[in-house]
Amino acid sequence: MSWTWFHRLGSPPYIYGLARRLTPWLAWPAGALIVAALYGGLVLAPPDYQQGDGFRIIYMHAPSAWMSLMVYTTMAVAAAVGLIWRIKVAHAVAASCAPIGASFTLAALVTGSLWGEPMWGTWWEWDPRLTSELILLFLYLGYMGLRGAIEDAQRADRTSAVLAVVGVVNVPIIHYSVTWWNSLHQAPSVMRVGKPTLSTAMLVPLLMMLLGFTLYFAAVLLVRLRAEILNRERSASWVREVVGT
Amino acid sequence: MPELPNSTLAATAAEPRTTGATGEGTSVLEAARLVLLRDLTLAFRRRGQLVQPLAFFAIVTTLFPLAISPELARLREVAAGVIWVAALLASLLALESLFRDDAYDGALEQYALSGQPLTGLMFAKTAAHWLLTGLPLALMAPLAALSLGAPAGAVPGIVASIAIGTVALSLIGSIGAALTLGIRRSGVLLALLTLPLSLPVLIFGARASELAIQGASYVAPLELLSALAVLGITLAPLAAAAAVRISLE
Amino acid sequence: MGGYAAFVWPAYAVTLAVALLNVAWARRALARSVAAARRRLAGGGDS
Repeated sequence: MSWTWFHRLGSPPYIYGLARRLTPWLAWPAGALIVAALYGGLVLAPPDYQQGDGFRIIYMHAPSAWMSLMVYTTMAVAAAVGLIWRIKVAHAVAASCAPIGASFTLAALVTGSLWGEPMWGTWWEWDPRLTSELILLFLYLGYMGLRGAIEDAQRADRTSAVLAVVGVVNVPIIHYSVTWWNSLHQAPSVMRVGKPTLSTAMLVPLLMMLLGFTLYFAAVLLVRLRAEILNRERSASWVREVVGT
Repeated sequence: MPELPNSTLAATAAEPRTTGATGEGTSVLEAARLVLLRDLTLAFRRRGQLVQPLAFFAIVTTLFPLAISPELARLREVAAGVIWVAALLASLLALESLFRDDAYDGALEQYALSGQPLTGLMFAKTAAHWLLTGLPLALMAPLAALSLGAPAGAVPGIVASIAIGTVALSLIGSIGAALTLGIRRSGVLLALLTLPLSLPVLIFGARASELAIQGASYVAPLELLSALAVLGITLAPLAAAAAVRISLE
Repeated sequence: MGGYAAFVWPAYAVTLAVALLNVAWARRALARSVAAARRRLAGGGDS
């Protein structure tokens, strides 16, 4: 088995070029999927027999929550790879993830709140899922704060990587909190073993939205990754070519 | 500046016999014991500093009756939470000095270079921190509990929860302290990093205390608290050692 | 929206705003990095 591809993945100029080429291939399908899912979710899907049109928040809330967890996992995996194999690009990936993940965690909390008020009668509840999602937001902010507080770039990379890996224990807690504890939040209807519990007309736009947001994340990540790589490659010759002086 | 290292440091660091690879020389248990003794000895030389987290705990506990109500009946309802938040904050305060002095006088570097598993030495330092902070807090907790209207029968449960919970808190806090080593004015950042990871400890600890105050069985949360402590013992020194090595790079 | 409009539309607004802001933020980060790299290279190597 050739290790060349693995080594190329660790090469900043290769990744930079790859990121630039890949971004449109991710961004446009992402946009199309999200628009189509918006139409499917807002127009085509029938009202829920219990929640009426209020359930449509799911098309914003579930993808946001999904993003908050997926992005953190990506960040933690990238951080671990960077720590273990000392690959700068991996640290750049982790750094790129954080602002995206933090903002979508906030969106998940806000949309969840907006959903909770009409459905449960409360804007907030200190139940396990909401509380652990809030902890996730603090972890993101702590990660970004720690990065910002350390001046040396390499040390900032590695120190924040330890934090990212330590915090990843929160992700399964968030996901399984609704099954482990008596939670106000409903049990998973999609991410579960067995068939999803939503009807097809409601499920399809949701799946499209989840996929669309995942591709969207990849696209935005690649843009940020290019910025992070440039920040780390001080005066390498390839930078000159790419940036054009 | 802290005083010069004493003989236990020289013993730990300068020992030519400490070769972990061949298995001969000082064992990690012996090294850990020396580190623990050193930390305790140095701490007792500055007895004034030892008392500070405890004084903080006492003061914070006093704030609540003044802010909420002096009625014991009302205070009893919030006593578990108040004691736990105060203990958490006091524990956090004491964390800043966990590695700071050793980083200043070069002892931390010696530990890293000594050839001993740094994880074991981190565990020893954290154990010293608990003996100096967590255990005294647990012993002070009865006073706080009674002053907030808790029944006398609740005291064993409260003490147990604080004793076990502060073990977990010291371990989790050691990670944050290691991560923020060498960052100027890191106090707030340390709190921001440590508190989210400490929340499960707070939740179960306060729950155990609350059940104790109500006279109900508090075994379940106490067991969960113990599980967290054990998890901390297994994983936290590892993470702290990794973070310390990175800060020394 | 069957009476839920006051909750549904803000939820959509917030999420889509976050999505758009992330795009703008990322692009600005890239532009800044490119500009900084240009400055560094023009200044003659390592800064």
